[in-house]
Amino acid sequence: MKLIIAVIQPEELPYIKEELLKKEIYKFTITYAKGQGKEIPVQEVYRGLSHEITLLKKIRLEIAVNDEYVNAVVEAITAVAKKDGDKGRGKIFILPIEECIRIRTGEKGSDAIG
Amino acid sequence: MNKKTTLIALLLLFTGVPLWANSAPSAADAMFTVNNTWMLVSAFLVFIMHLGFATLESGLTQSKNTVNILFKNVSIIAIGILTYAICGFNLMYPGEFNGLFGFAGFGIASPNGAAGLIEYADGAYTYFTDFIFQAMFAATAATIVSGAVAERIKLGSFLAFSTIYVALIYPIAGSWKWGGGWLDQMGFYDFAGSTLVHSVGGWAALIGAILLGPRLGKYGKNGAVKPIMGHNMPLAAIGVFLLWFGWYGFNGGSVLSADPGLVSLVFVTTTLAAAAGVIGAMLTSWGISRKPDLSMILNGSLAGLVGITAGADVISPMNAVIVGLLAGAIVVVSVMQLDKMKIDDPVGAISVHLVCGIWGTLAVGIFSPDHSVVTQAIGVVAYGIFCLICATIIFKAVTIFMGLRVSEEEEIIGLDIGEHDMESYAGFQIFSVE
Repeated sequence: MKLIIAVIQPEELPYIKEELLKKEIYKFTITYAKGQGKEIPVQEVYRGLSHEITLLKKIRLEIAVNDEYVNAVVEAITAVAKKDGDKGRGKIFILPIEECIRIRTGEKGSDAIG
Repeated sequence: MNKKTTLIALLLLFTGVPLWANSAPSAADAMFTVNNTWMLVSAFLVFIMHLGFATLESGLTQSKNTVNILFKNVSIIAIGILTYAICGFNLMYPGEFNGLFGFAGFGIASPNGAAGLIEYADGAYTYFTDFIFQAMFAATAATIVSGAVAERIKLGSFLAFSTIYVALIYPIAGSWKWGGGWLDQMGFYDFAGSTLVHSVGGWAALIGAILLGPRLGKYGKNGAVKPIMGHNMPLAAIGVFLLWFGWYGFNGGSVLSADPGLVSLVFVTTTLAAAAGVIGAMLTSWGISRKPDLSMILNGSLAGLVGITAGADVISPMNAVIVGLLAGAIVVVSVMQLDKMKIDDPVGAISVHLVCGIWGTLAVGIFSPDHSVVTQAIGVVAYGIFCLICATIIFKAVTIFMGLRVSEEEEIIGLDIGEHDMESYAGFQIFSVE
């Protein structure tokens, strides 16, 4: 069992969601996050003043899967995110999961994740 | 002193006409002041409708496009009023003309100078009152388009389209009836603008929505219609109340004097139609979708108001209820039908202003014995053809020079950042993608 945490660009979420569904991955959680990376800061304008925004809107995507699905998830995310060569496309972290329990039934492990 | 003369004396006191000057003011002077004051009140009631449009459109669209919506609404009233002063007023009211197109010259100036103000409209209002009241209407027609094309049109392209449409097309079309043109001579009737204002705006909204295509995510792969939720229902409700409030000036002022009988009748028909519109939409949407839908009854009250606008002074109060009920039902069916036809209208502007505008115009022929349905239908078709052709040409021309729709990426991020580099709710966490 692995937990995949990906920090992605917000505008890519609809497409990544589509890719995940195609690969039969239906369960995931997102959080609206802010993050700072190597990308060029964004300029916003307010009342004639331009200001630089370095902490940018991101989506933090969390997907818990059985081991054989890890590659599929990574492919789904990178397929969308690799569109151009710009910096700041985000990262994917893969962590081992110690235990997973389905709250409704008390099932544990691989059964509970799937 | 009886009640009436006391009232007149009070009014004169407040309006600054000297009561004890050398020549005592005549009753005609007093009526002139009363009439003119009511027309000016109506003008600023119509003005407040623009705040209604602004909050209604903001509320029924997504939070990532709010700066853009408000920018359009503020710009449009400015553009509408300025172009009306430059050329619109004299295109719409050219005086003697061939009935199809006339122009009395650029700019506005009282024809008889200050001394002739009372003669301008037989003591009903001054030249300047006439202008400012009509200018508010022009801006209203233009702002109708903005809701239907919201969340995907480029700001510059929208402003370019609106400027041309409100400067030329709205007043030329208006001159056919209110300017004394060919439809007026034919007996076509449109009291306050179901066709002249609402349908003229509505036809452009329809063409805009078709040429732009639906917003991203409005239709699933198999063509299923998906809702794109508006982000603030309280704002939408405030907008509808403000529009209803402003409509008392829109219809009440269209009497073009403070005539007690007509103004009070118009207030009653307008109110009854709006109320019936709410009930019509409530019954229809509750019946069809099994849940009472706030956004639909909001549209329903506006539908009733647009529906009664063409005949508010010639339709009896009880018939106004029927007009409103049907308008409320029509708007719900129309919103659902347009969705099925893949015409994406985020705020229901086409259903409210175009579809119910047509219904209201025809209703004059049905419910008023003095007017014919055939003549009303000829008017509807004539305006439809003219507006469709003109709106299509202007949109196509704008597309060639400036493009029409924002990029897919910008649409997902939102037009606030895309067009303006500004957020509408800084400090709030906005769920801009799903």
